[in-house]
Amino acid sequence: MASVADFAQAQAPVYHQERPAKSGLVDWLTTVDHKKIGILYGTAGVFWLLIGGLEALLFRLQLAKPDQDLFIGTQYNGLVTMHATTMVFLAVMPMIAGFSNYFVPLMIGARDVAFPRLNAFSWYTFLFGSLVINASIVFAHFPAGGWTGYAPLSTRAYGNDGMDFWWAGLVLLAISSMVAGVNFVVTILNMRAPGMTLMRVPVLAWMMLVIQFLLAFSFPPIAVGLIFLAFDRTFGAVFYETAMGGDPHLWQHLFWLFGHPEVYVLILPSMGIVSEVLPVFARRPLFGQHAVIFSGVFIGFVGFGVWGHHMFTAGMGPIADAVFAATTAVIAIPTGVKIFNWLGTLWGGKLTFPVAMLFAISFIPMFTIGGLSGVMHANAPLDLQQHDSYFVVAHFHYVLVGGALQGLFSGIYFYFPKITGKMLSEALGKAHFWLFLIGMNMTFWPMHDLGNRGMPRRIYTYPADAGWNFDNLLATAGVFFMAAGTLIMVYNMLNSLKNGKEAGRDPWDANTLEWMTTSPPPAHNFDFTPVVFSERPLFDHKHTEDLAIPVPSEAEQIHMPSPSWKPLVVATGALLIIVGLLLFNVAPLLWLVSVAGALTVVVGIYQWVSEPV
Amino acid sequence: MSAELATAPGHDAGHDDHGHVSAENNFLGLPNIKLAMWAFLGSECMFFGSLIGTYFFYHGKSLGGPLPTQVFSLTITSISTFLLLMSSMTMALAVDATRLRKLSQARAYILATAVLGATFVGFQIYEFSQFVSEGLKLQTSLFGSTFFVMTGFHGAHVTVGVIWLTMLSMLISNGKLNKDKASVTVEVAGLYWHFVDIVWIVIFTFVYLLEFIK
Repeated sequence: MASVADFAQAQAPVYHQERPAKSGLVDWLTTVDHKKIGILYGTAGVFWLLIGGLEALLFRLQLAKPDQDLFIGTQYNGLVTMHATTMVFLAVMPMIAGFSNYFVPLMIGARDVAFPRLNAFSWYTFLFGSLVINASIVFAHFPAGGWTGYAPLSTRAYGNDGMDFWWAGLVLLAISSMVAGVNFVVTILNMRAPGMTLMRVPVLAWMMLVIQFLLAFSFPPIAVGLIFLAFDRTFGAVFYETAMGGDPHLWQHLFWLFGHPEVYVLILPSMGIVSEVLPVFARRPLFGQHAVIFSGVFIGFVGFGVWGHHMFTAGMGPIADAVFAATTAVIAIPTGVKIFNWLGTLWGGKLTFPVAMLFAISFIPMFTIGGLSGVMHANAPLDLQQHDSYFVVAHFHYVLVGGALQGLFSGIYFYFPKITGKMLSEALGKAHFWLFLIGMNMTFWPMHDLGNRGMPRRIYTYPADAGWNFDNLLATAGVFFMAAGTLIMVYNMLNSLKNGKEAGRDPWDANTLEWMTTSPPPAHNFDFTPVVFSERPLFDHKHTEDLAIPVPSEAEQIHMPSPSWKPLVVATGALLIIVGLLLFNVAPLLWLVSVAGALTVVVGIYQWVSEPV
Repeated sequence: MSAELATAPGHDAGHDDHGHVSAENNFLGLPNIKLAMWAFLGSECMFFGSLIGTYFFYHGKSLGGPLPTQVFSLTITSISTFLLLMSSMTMALAVDATRLRKLSQARAYILATAVLGATFVGFQIYEFSQFVSEGLKLQTSLFGSTFFVMTGFHGAHVTVGVIWLTMLSMLISNGKLNKDKASVTVEVAGLYWHFVDIVWIVIFTFVYLLEFIK
């Protein structure tokens, strides 16, 4: 019987690199290795998760009791705006990008992404975007226009100075996401190992493929909306000036044409992680793998046709309302297909319950609660009642915290051994799981009740006799449980780096190619290119003699891309262009900074294409 | 096992010939860079779709300022449109020359394309300054804002294309783009160029010409 240990018998490959990697800081600044970039994304994601959580904790303190004045008015609005912006764009998306970067090439048996330097460029534009948004607190105030930035509420007349940093940072993040989207579409379609047909691509990599299309096609509309906002705020254009005939619907359409596909960008990767974790710990193949894949693709397509359900109260008219209600109801079908497939995978399996499995299992009911309260909103008349109430807040937090974030936590516990070579502590992990599960239900379940009893979103206090006191206190208390759980996870990771048990190649007895190589994998990922004969190449290798992955007797010739400064140079140029536009508000002559940035981009790209890789 | 290796889809399908040699596989038999350009152009469709969609969303809703028919000059814009269309022809000839491995000829066509593109941008700058002198600015009306930002971003795309083509001709001159690589590299630049040209055909037809059909 073959085993994972066979792969250690492969000849060490013949290595070729134009410029060998440096060590230390220079290595991390110039790296084009998808695994290092994945670690950078993931670390940034966890960092911003803590910051975004802290922001939530602060405004929940304000709401803990009626008639408080800890953070009121613009301060409160700033905290809420930054909490949402941080969690969506700076915490969950980079954590997804981290998994995507680290594991997509490993899962499809590739040595790197299609365009390694472009990948580094995406990372730097993301980093600069996150810093620009948060620089608002240093140079001005936190943006306070809501994470949806509804114009004209975000224009010069009504929005505060922080909104300049908001659009500027988001434009950089949009560039980062669009570039990464194109890069990973090409990677997954074109860089698969021999034999890995599309139907053999692991479900997580499939969901990543779907969201890369969503990123590439849904970010342009919001980029255009942000450009209009930038022109209004900076050069006095009138896109959102109602006095000049501007229509508030314009922003809403452009924003939600991005915003709803974005919801699936956040949830599909977690569905992919759960689809990888459940079969491993249930010791059964994923039930109806093709149905899971196709329903993900269907969600991706229909996700572009449902944005109007965010706008039922905006007065689009009965025809548009009816169409968007129908498409929204339809998209519940593939979601339900997935849920039944996960249950079918568990049914009759030999279940074990490490922390990764606990988070994956709890993902299913928590996400289903959020999904059910979501599909209610397909009903336009019902939505009119619930719009802008805490019921909606409860809905999307069950989907994003109970769904997306729990899925990502499951992924962290599942994949940490592969990334670092060390196991995480199961005891600390279980403490994290239970604290988090209890905390999130304490915080978000009462919000259903608050919403049904009329508490609106985006208010910074409420009167004592409104009947909302207990629910709000409970919600605030829950945040401390979630915060404690998350801090335990961070401690667990730091502690395991030093003291963790050695993981070995395949600690979970898993099914897919990433577990075939060492933990952590070498820079070139695999000593030889694997050949794939089924959708579970490693499982079949271990259990079926005929489908064993052949270990070649000869050493493979490998050419790896060289580290490069150019992605940093070009991303810095892009940053200067944006900073110049921000400085234009201070002194018009400072637009020359933008010119310097454009020149940096042009020179940087010329050097980029000239240097040997 | 070797027979199975040979029949496994994607095996031995050639290698990426654009310097991105991080992995040897090329599953779809299409160079990475070409696939990336098609995906990027899909993204660009959404970008220009949003810009042009906004123009029509606001069409006829301006509360003041000059109307499109009062500022548009079909003569000037027809000339610049003709030049841009001709640039697509020279671009196609450049791609053809790289396939025949005639790099100096390709370089001449690439430069001709860049010159035609730059001339188009020159016409656009002249057109913008004419509009401003006739009282239509970015700040004047919804028409001003949507028109200048939409056509401005198109002009910016043409400018990026001109810089790209100039770089390509420099790379051919100093030998960094050899005959093997040139074909796909120039073809990808051509895809971008033709796309930007097509966007202009849409804008010229729907924004300019339809204005005069009553």
